[in-house]
Amino acid sequence: MTISRRTIALAAGGVLLALVPPVAALTNQPFYVDLFRRVMIFALAAVSLDLILGYGGMVSFGHAAYLGIGAYAVGIPAFYGVDNGWLQWGLAIAASALAATVIGAISLRTSGVSFIMITLAFAQMLYYLGISLETYGGDNGMRLSGRSRFGGPLDLREPAIFYYVVLAILVLFLALGNRLVASRFGMVIRAAKSNEPRARAIGFSLFRYKLTAFVIAGGAGGLAGALLANQTEYLTPDFMHWTRSGEIMFMVILGGMGTLFGPVIGAVVLLLLEDVLSALTAHWQIILGPILILVVLFAKRGLFGLLVGAEPRDG
Amino acid sequence: MADALLAIRGLSKRFGGLLASDRIDLDVARGETHAIIGPNGAGKTTLISQLAGDLRPDAGSIRFADQDVTRLDAPHRARRGLARSFQVTSIFRDFSALDNVALAVQAHTGQSFRFWRAARAEPALREPARAALEAVGLGGRAHVRAANLAHGEQRQLEIAMALATEPRLLLLDEPVAGMGLEESQRMVRFLATLKRRITIVLVEHDMDAVFTLADRISVMVYGRIIATGTPPEVRGNEDVRRAYLGEDQA
Repeated sequence: MTISRRTIALAAGGVLLALVPPVAALTNQPFYVDLFRRVMIFALAAVSLDLILGYGGMVSFGHAAYLGIGAYAVGIPAFYGVDNGWLQWGLAIAASALAATVIGAISLRTSGVSFIMITLAFAQMLYYLGISLETYGGDNGMRLSGRSRFGGPLDLREPAIFYYVVLAILVLFLALGNRLVASRFGMVIRAAKSNEPRARAIGFSLFRYKLTAFVIAGGAGGLAGALLANQTEYLTPDFMHWTRSGEIMFMVILGGMGTLFGPVIGAVVLLLLEDVLSALTAHWQIILGPILILVVLFAKRGLFGLLVGAEPRDG
Repeated sequence: MADALLAIRGLSKRFGGLLASDRIDLDVARGETHAIIGPNGAGKTTLISQLAGDLRPDAGSIRFADQDVTRLDAPHRARRGLARSFQVTSIFRDFSALDNVALAVQAHTGQSFRFWRAARAEPALREPARAALEAVGLGGRAHVRAANLAHGEQRQLEIAMALATEPRLLLLDEPVAGMGLEESQRMVRFLATLKRRITIVLVEHDMDAVFTLADRISVMVYGRIIATGTPPEVRGNEDVRRAYLGEDQA
């Protein structure tokens, strides 16, 4: 059995990410632990969006809503002195999965532009809900009194430990996602993306499969939100702003829709470019924009496609 | 008809000012191959779409296997054994031919809320799919991306997908449209092998195919069925000659 370029690229990516904390410590640049942790948190959100966008063809323009719900699920208990991480993160997943159930149940009855607009509208509603929560800081948001506590050696105040927790979650989610898209369930949502009338004509009642995928993606987005609140130790309604949803979608498109691993590259490249370019000029988006346009125009499967070439078909 | 697999009563569908289905009554017997012919715009595809569950009729009823299916949607009807092919080829283009048929097998064999095991490694899906591909003559093309198949092969693939759902009734909307002479003859020969085993409703413009395959023919004009009968009966029917077949074909 030959080892594919894809396997090599994935292994290399995993090793590189795992090496960030020791390298940062050796070079005395702790800032990079912080930066790459942030990258991986957004990567988790982007990978979860890719499940429904890249595989299921559901162009959800409100994925940041789950980031926000996950962040508030950490922030609000912390506000009342509840800092148990299992409880906070569990609540983050449950609350965002529940929100995804409601949003999905309504928006999945539409398709095309209507679907995009409805998911966007729901996210903006939650954004304004966040602003109206005066107790929790309104539009200023609120500072987190401390990071989630798990007891034992899992102390998130330790930057490297928090880093490896995020890396482990990302790797686990990628592994689960990789199984999911190749499973019977995965084949159904991919068939729905490829040709919906045909999928219905052979007997798939698509709504429940799409809704399930939507809820899985929402739950993972919520977990990313819980991580993000711990990352910044601060949360604001801005987590849910539509520009944030757009940013996550850009990561997916830049990295490669329907590649699962591509959005990780998308998150790395987008956030690093943002970091590097914003140090050069305040108008860094003028440089970022054309780069995105070039990738969209010339790399069909995004940066991941450029890296590993066309996916071999084993069907 | 007592032994009708499909019984249509008073089926009507209006698009604005156009009555696309006008109180259609039609029985299709078990094992029968029933062709529906008529000029363009007669409402044949509208009828097929209502039978498949893609269009809701304004009035009337459709009974399939002694049950009223008028209110069921397309996936539910498919799972009860009502399979269709589309007038314009409709396949999963980015999947291999084998994947296409395996998906149909999966849809038919039920459980798809399975998240772990690789679907492409399941013999329960792959083997029946392979058999269906062999049956339509695509055995050697199993791993070709469906988009890269020739037009005629894509039509064969659609039939293989329909067959993989083990249908009791096959709705074929112009199965030989756009095919070359040789391809279309091969398709007709293949469809002939399905006769008796599967009940078929066939919409087709190719009169050679219709008169070769059909046990009975219904003629549609302006949303109405103006005649139903055996091929010789229909050929001899004055109304049909006037309304449809025309001097050059009759």
